[in-house]
Amino acid sequence: MRRRRDKPRKPEALSRRDFLKGAGVAVSGGILAGQTAIAAAPPDQAEFVGPGEVPVTLRINGQSHHLNLEPRVTLLDACRNRLDITGAKRVCDRATCGACTMVIDGKPVYSCTTLAIEAQGHNIETIEGLSRDGHLHPVMAAFVEHDAQQCGFCTPGFVMACKAFLDKHPHPTREQVEKGLGGNLCRCGTYAGIRPAVLEAANAMRAAKA
Amino acid sequence: MAKCKYDWPEAGERSLIGKRIKRIDGPEKASGRAKYSYDINRPGMLFGKVLRCPYPHAKITALDTSEAENAPGVKGLRVIQGVGKEIRWQGDEVVAVAAVSEEAAEDAIRKIKVRYEPMPFLVIEEDLAKVPDTNKKPAVEQKVGDPDAAFSDSAATVSEGYYGTPVITHCCLETHGCVVEWPDEKSIKTWISTQAVSVVGGEFSTSLEVPQNNINVVCQYIGGGFGSKFQADRWGIEAARLSKMAGGKAVKMMLERDSELMVAGVRPSAFARIKVAAKKDGTLTAWRSESWGTGGLSGAGTIPLPYVFTKIPNLQKKHTAVAANIGAARAWRAPNHPQACLITLSALDDLAAKLNMDPVEFLHKNAELAPEGLVNTYRDELRKAAELAEWKKYWHPRGDKASGHVKRGLGVSLHTWGGRGHNGNAQVTIQPDGSVEVRMGSQDLGTGTRTVIAIVAAETLGLQVPDVKVTIGDNHYPFDGASGGSTTVGGVSSSTRRGSIDARDALFAAVAPSLGAPPDQLEAVGGHIRVKGNASKSLTWKQACAKLGAKPVQATGKNPGLCKGLASEGVGGVQIADVSVDTETGIVKINRLVAAQDCGLVIDVKTAESQVYGALIMGVCYALYEQKIMDPITGRMLNPNMEFYKLAGIGDIGEFMVHMMTGPGYDERGVIGLGEPPVISPGAAISNAVANAIGVRVPTLPLTPDKVLAALQQV
Repeated sequence: MRRRRDKPRKPEALSRRDFLKGAGVAVSGGILAGQTAIAAAPPDQAEFVGPGEVPVTLRINGQSHHLNLEPRVTLLDACRNRLDITGAKRVCDRATCGACTMVIDGKPVYSCTTLAIEAQGHNIETIEGLSRDGHLHPVMAAFVEHDAQQCGFCTPGFVMACKAFLDKHPHPTREQVEKGLGGNLCRCGTYAGIRPAVLEAANAMRAAKA
Repeated sequence: MAKCKYDWPEAGERSLIGKRIKRIDGPEKASGRAKYSYDINRPGMLFGKVLRCPYPHAKITALDTSEAENAPGVKGLRVIQGVGKEIRWQGDEVVAVAAVSEEAAEDAIRKIKVRYEPMPFLVIEEDLAKVPDTNKKPAVEQKVGDPDAAFSDSAATVSEGYYGTPVITHCCLETHGCVVEWPDEKSIKTWISTQAVSVVGGEFSTSLEVPQNNINVVCQYIGGGFGSKFQADRWGIEAARLSKMAGGKAVKMMLERDSELMVAGVRPSAFARIKVAAKKDGTLTAWRSESWGTGGLSGAGTIPLPYVFTKIPNLQKKHTAVAANIGAARAWRAPNHPQACLITLSALDDLAAKLNMDPVEFLHKNAELAPEGLVNTYRDELRKAAELAEWKKYWHPRGDKASGHVKRGLGVSLHTWGGRGHNGNAQVTIQPDGSVEVRMGSQDLGTGTRTVIAIVAAETLGLQVPDVKVTIGDNHYPFDGASGGSTTVGGVSSSTRRGSIDARDALFAAVAPSLGAPPDQLEAVGGHIRVKGNASKSLTWKQACAKLGAKPVQATGKNPGLCKGLASEGVGGVQIADVSVDTETGIVKINRLVAAQDCGLVIDVKTAESQVYGALIMGVCYALYEQKIMDPITGRMLNPNMEFYKLAGIGDIGEFMVHMMTGPGYDERGVIGLGEPPVISPGAAISNAVANAIGVRVPTLPLTPDKVLAALQQV
């Protein structure tokens, strides 16, 4: 993944889930299919910051936010605890369940295991950026239509993962959907609604582009 | 007999009830705007964290909190269990801290020094012979008829087996917890993740000596409860105490994922040795069970054995509750039923196989041994489920004889639940401008409660669903019961119906003079108030409401109340699983799950089906994956995380066919709860399907590859 270089060099450790890679992993044993890929820079090139607070600028949904954060603060916690951006949820807190999914530079990312300092200089999209002026994104509308949610706590993560997935796979097959969304978990059991919702959202998104 | 004015409308008069209607809070949830307790941020809010005991059983011999108290950002610290206290399960609370940030609170927790004296413990209960007597509660024994004689009858076919299901957890995605603050010295406000908005304030009141009227509980959205979120919990009360110490500032205290899985509730285990007998024609004659299980130190609830077939003439049963050093049991969707169902329906399936009988026919034949009101329901549902699953086409006697290492099998199960509506009050207001609100201190667990309330009010007032504002989730609204045991839908639909009818009738009285007809000759249909049989004498809803002048109409409907037919209890339900088992890897794959489910009058088919889909998927989770795995050496939970406490993903679930039993014979029963029943059968249906596929029983859930392969070695 290409990264913009408009910031001083930082440790290259943006943990992320890559659906293209994820699509090659079989779903088995009930565990996730998505992958967390960590690409660390060689230590001699790394810049060390902290442990105290450092200034951090995050570009979220097109808006810049200036914060002072300890380097250990995750992107998820920075959003939830400092910016009151709470659509992304903290559930497993270790890159298993996908409830914290945000989209960074077009790729779905587990924000619970992404440090805020590492998300600087990137385009961060949260679910709040997906529906403007109360207008539902086609993925959201399809989730409502197919009742692809119950308690709703996993839903924002699913919606974001689904949106990123459909951006990459505008004509998904059922098998691709099951692998592409295999990195998100639901406890209420809404997958039966999610499957048709994703396919309908794909149609709506294609129609909107046409 | 005259029809009671609080009955449901006749089938032909329903414009909304029984249709497929989207949940009204869907857009809030799907867009991420819905605010859960975990999402509440308050000015100057502090973050609470808890130091938890790492041992399953230990005495605290030394505790030093001085460094933590003086750590940067710490605004409060409370010793929950100090020196001399005996801790009896891993993860129990020792010290709580509130600090200006989560990071500061975590740092402070690490600075607390505790010395423990470890003590003996028990965390493994599957082998009852290895459980010390001191951990066994006195066994409960029951006997009916003469089981010995029935088993020794030469005409009887007898089957014996061992079955069980381990301790599992609720694993709510939103962990337990709350945000709590003191608006003034005599008041508490809490945003708590709860299934009991109108009830849970009492615990804050008692513990903190604040009048109950001064406690405001708010819960607009809850990220899963499944029976585990009725209490304020020790951590909630401690958060309130820390808030008080910090001058009333809000404290957010949400459990970490590992704590959630260690202390926030389990479903008790159940294991049993079963002996069951039938005549050659399949009629059940005798049952004997020796069962045990644990749900923490208090043991476990009574498992209703034999499940459903309570009229087997000769019964003998003995149950031993085991006290284990694990976090305590809490109600888990249909408490005790999934365990009883797995044990009973597996044993009966093995007996049917021994009799060379088709298990659907076997259950059909023995349905008469079920409670009287359910006999016909089960037979209807067995027929329907078998038809949908193409049972006749795909079922074969035990052991798939087809070539290849992937074996296919079908299994059937059935279940029952009560589900009578809880007590509650619905306050219905019709304003002179025509706006309508239904208000009550209820909660929507994701089951569709808001939607059901809106549908019932709109149906009664001749309006559309978006015309009704539903206001719930605050204990300052009229009392409504907790959401447990599938009691919510019957409760809120009945109270809303009564309140809406009374409000509508008051509106009729106000507009009757304008329409030149007595109030009892008016009807509310299609957004109009009109004279029955004379559509030309009509006012639009807005015109009618304008006749109220300055005064709104308000009525409160209660449940229970007049006319008992709005809600009732007692449902059945049949499920069939179709699975494939890879005999080389031991992996079980779900091909299809079929459910035929009754719940009386269905208010919203769409959200009702979602309940069943969800229950089937939850059933796949506990049938194939879930187990709270305890380490016998350290007494600690080995999988307090979501990588190894496994839930099914979207690729693990197969296809579904859900059929809601509606129409004559069902609708007139009134509304009955649906949350619990469909989650009961999947374990047994899937286990039976696996046995049908591979020709041998995998005795305990979850049906993991290692257990499947071990079972295959016995073939």
